Amino acid sequence: MSKLQNSNNKKSLGKTRYALLSAAGILGFLAIWQALVMTGIVQEKYLAAPTEIIRLFFVKLTDTAPDGNTLPFNIIASLRVSLTGLLTALLLGIPLGWVMGWYRWVDRFVTPLFEILRPIPPISWIPLTILWLGIGLRAKAFIIFFSAFIPCVINSYTGIKQTSKVLINVAKTCGASNFVIFLKVGIPYSLPITFAGIRVALGNSWSTLMAAEMLASSAGLGYMILMGRAFARPDIIVLGMLVIGVIGALLTGILEFAERKIVKWGGRKQ
Amino acid sequence: MKEQKDVKVEVKHLTKRFGDLLVLDDISFNIKKGEFVCVVGPTGCGKTTFLNLLTKLIEPTEGELLIDGEPADPKKHNLAFVFQEPSAYPWLTVEENLAFGLKIKKLPKDEIKRRVEHMLKLLGMTEYRNAYPSELSVSSEQRVIIGRAFAMNPDLLLMDEPYGQMDIKLRYYLEDEVIRLWRETGSTVVFITHNIEEAVYLAERVLILDNKPAKIKEEIHVDLPRPRDFTDPKFIDIRTHITDQIKWW
Repeated sequence: MSKLQNSNNKKSLGKTRYALLSAAGILGFLAIWQALVMTGIVQEKYLAAPTEIIRLFFVKLTDTAPDGNTLPFNIIASLRVSLTGLLTALLLGIPLGWVMGWYRWVDRFVTPLFEILRPIPPISWIPLTILWLGIGLRAKAFIIFFSAFIPCVINSYTGIKQTSKVLINVAKTCGASNFVIFLKVGIPYSLPITFAGIRVALGNSWSTLMAAEMLASSAGLGYMILMGRAFARPDIIVLGMLVIGVIGALLTGILEFAERKIVKWGGRKQ
Repeated sequence: MKEQKDVKVEVKHLTKRFGDLLVLDDISFNIKKGEFVCVVGPTGCGKTTFLNLLTKLIEPTEGELLIDGEPADPKKHNLAFVFQEPSAYPWLTVEENLAFGLKIKKLPKDEIKRRVEHMLKLLGMTEYRNAYPSELSVSSEQRVIIGRAFAMNPDLLLMDEPYGQMDIKLRYYLEDEVIRLWRETGSTVVFITHNIEEAVYLAERVLILDNKPAKIKEEIHVDLPRPRDFTDPKFIDIRTHITDQIKWW
């Protein structure tokens, strides 16, 4: 036990050291950026200084100029769209993948159709979606749904297909029905791979959101960036980009936390 | 008459063909209640097919398998299988793994709890109850699997070379443990191995399978006292005899 603690201490010491190094990297980058703008090597009409962006962040919390919405309003608009699309994709895509991977007749029935639709880039659905659903929440959520749906299906399908034959046989000799084996063996077995799919889905949904908002919308972070370009405000653009990055990282963090809570056994042994 | 009553498992004319290939040829034998039977045979003689038939994972071409006079059915009978490869459920803790089959059989909760506690104690793994298999050594994982099988109080427990991948020292230890669990639970065990010494050490009766198509060549009763001694001349006699019988070269 003391040996374990010891190595833990060592590990955490190493961790702090690496954290410091990472922080130094980021600060160095910001310092160079700041210096470039302050010395006038890069003109302010092309790029705002980091300090300026921090200031703008606080102003934008309550200010609606120039795009007509405050920053929190834009964030909420974007999150609503992306989470609606993403959650719908998870709720429909993951079970579909499981069922496709487990029941052969579903596999035969659905997979060919799925394979035809799969290579179509989600963004190419935008014009058709606008035609059908306009430019509201539903339209954008639909596009995001599409981008997130596919990795969900593929991963839960692949994950459950790989279920170890021995583990299935153990349940079978206990007298479990195929459906019980599906629930108690197939689904848990697929979880680590399914989660990898959710991570891809999350990334897709967030990047597709930007595309959707830049094309047609009246609020949201993508819209804010677009307005920043229209009003020649690089500070607004960069602020939007940074906020998008930070939220993306936060969502990934939340997902990883959930994964650790659910996949407690630490994934596959091999 | 008494003999008849004690029979737990009856295998009658078991035959399996894959297309034209005859893998098992008319195998018949009985296993008495609480008996420990070892099956030995040269590699590739159809041992695995034989086992899969016994657990009803595949259906025989001809013949039948009766447990307590009824055709074996995993839904009705308690069958348990310890496979060659590690088969603990990685997402379940030691405790949950032990309870797995019992939950599928829908036993009452307090009965499941009682049996799991008992098995944890027998295995000496009470303090590892919340560990996941990935946190255990390979041999401990195998012990959990064997415990899981015995916890079912199986009508028939089949073990397919469960110690194939273990080193000698560990095998002795685990073999003694299997004997202990078998005595404690009174289960009927069919143990497949290609290690003749192991068979003689464990079994009350050894069935020698012949090569392709597999049929029973000979039955040997091992009535040595336990714990058995590998260096006992009688032990060595039996071992040599089986080795001679198994030789196909």
